[in-house]
Amino acid sequence: MSGLLAPIGRRTLEILRILGHHAFFFLELLRSSPAALRRPYLVVAQIHAIGNLSLVIIMASGLAVGFVLALQMYYALVTYGAAESLGLIVNLSLVRELGPVVTGLLFAGRAGTSLTAEIGLMKAGEQLAAMDMMAIDPRTRVLAPRFIGGIVSMPILAILFSTVGILGAYVVAVLLIGVDSGNFWSIMQTGVDVRRDVGNGIVKSMVFGVICTFVALYQGYETQATPEGVAHATTRTVVIASLGILAMDFILTAMMFSTP
Amino acid sequence: MGKKSIETFVGLFVLLGLVGLVFLALKAANLGTFASSGDTYALLAKFDNIGGLKVRAPVRSAGVTVGRVASITLDPKTYQGVVRLQVDKGVQFPADSSARILTSGLLGDQYVGIEAGGEEKSFAPGDTIKQTQSAVVLESLIGQFLFNKAADAGSAAPPAAAPAPAGGKK
Repeated sequence: MSGLLAPIGRRTLEILRILGHHAFFFLELLRSSPAALRRPYLVVAQIHAIGNLSLVIIMASGLAVGFVLALQMYYALVTYGAAESLGLIVNLSLVRELGPVVTGLLFAGRAGTSLTAEIGLMKAGEQLAAMDMMAIDPRTRVLAPRFIGGIVSMPILAILFSTVGILGAYVVAVLLIGVDSGNFWSIMQTGVDVRRDVGNGIVKSMVFGVICTFVALYQGYETQATPEGVAHATTRTVVIASLGILAMDFILTAMMFSTP
Repeated sequence: MGKKSIETFVGLFVLLGLVGLVFLALKAANLGTFASSGDTYALLAKFDNIGGLKVRAPVRSAGVTVGRVASITLDPKTYQGVVRLQVDKGVQFPADSSARILTSGLLGDQYVGIEAGGEEKSFAPGDTIKQTQSAVVLESLIGQFLFNKAADAGSAAPPAAAPAPAGGKK
């Protein structure tokens, strides 16, 4: 009997230990964040590394998504004589869902991996331990600026993704297919609410930014200090952050948009 | 890359984000068209049936949008739907104007149409529009149509049946 129960109990305790470890790490990050703001240049440099350098891939993806969404929606909508609603559909799907989610997934792949690898190598090279020896808290000096940088960059990237996507849809729908330009914008404007749709989309992207950056920093900081360890940690960052974003997106969507 | 140029690029990045946000709010959403509550006044209208009217639906007069539906509640005494309209301050309606719930197109959204009356006095803010006409509910319309058909057939049947023995009627 005890041979059967012991593995279950061991596994439960293991999961609880990991969860607790995550929670403590998160609290440590929050606690050291205000101190990092006292040296704004560190945060600015991280926004440059995380945000600016992700700009090209985010905007290119947004443009492609806007193009394709407009083309596909047009073929479905023109059957019902509702091609003018194309702008509304593209806008809502981008601002509410695709903008935050796709940006979050790309962000995990582009910025999350580089954060994990950077911090993992710092740990493998014992730079973090050296900082500790010099009485410099590596959380305040290394982790917190990256955390803040990620949280600031992510909503900006998501906004730009949606903006570029809508412009891409405009190019395809109005300039290429010939949907009426006035209807395209006015139906969009009556159907999209600033607070409900745009505002909730930005809140979503902030939450995803926290998830992504937190997972990346945790995996980097807790990595095994070997080449394989860093490789595994980088992989885990992408997997865990992506799954976390998708799961959180479902919860947030249910909370934000469940009532019509 | 120097400290200065990194700061410049980050500034550019944040500025780009703000431009995107302004675009989403003004061009792609309703912030520009949705007049703030400062330049509107409230009117109430009670309907027996509001159909599928929704909050933020447009209020139109002669097809021109002059306001929006602010809230929809149920009057607990009369069991009528109370629709609160926010109408632009620049548009004053005579006190005997009537309100109807209309549908734009066959399958379009429902909106409140205000037809101006002839009285010289205008509505004061917070007034109730007395003359209202409810939304057309397709089911009751079809039901009414069928009922009328049946009534026509019923009233037409006795005269048609009476002369039948005399010679019949094709």
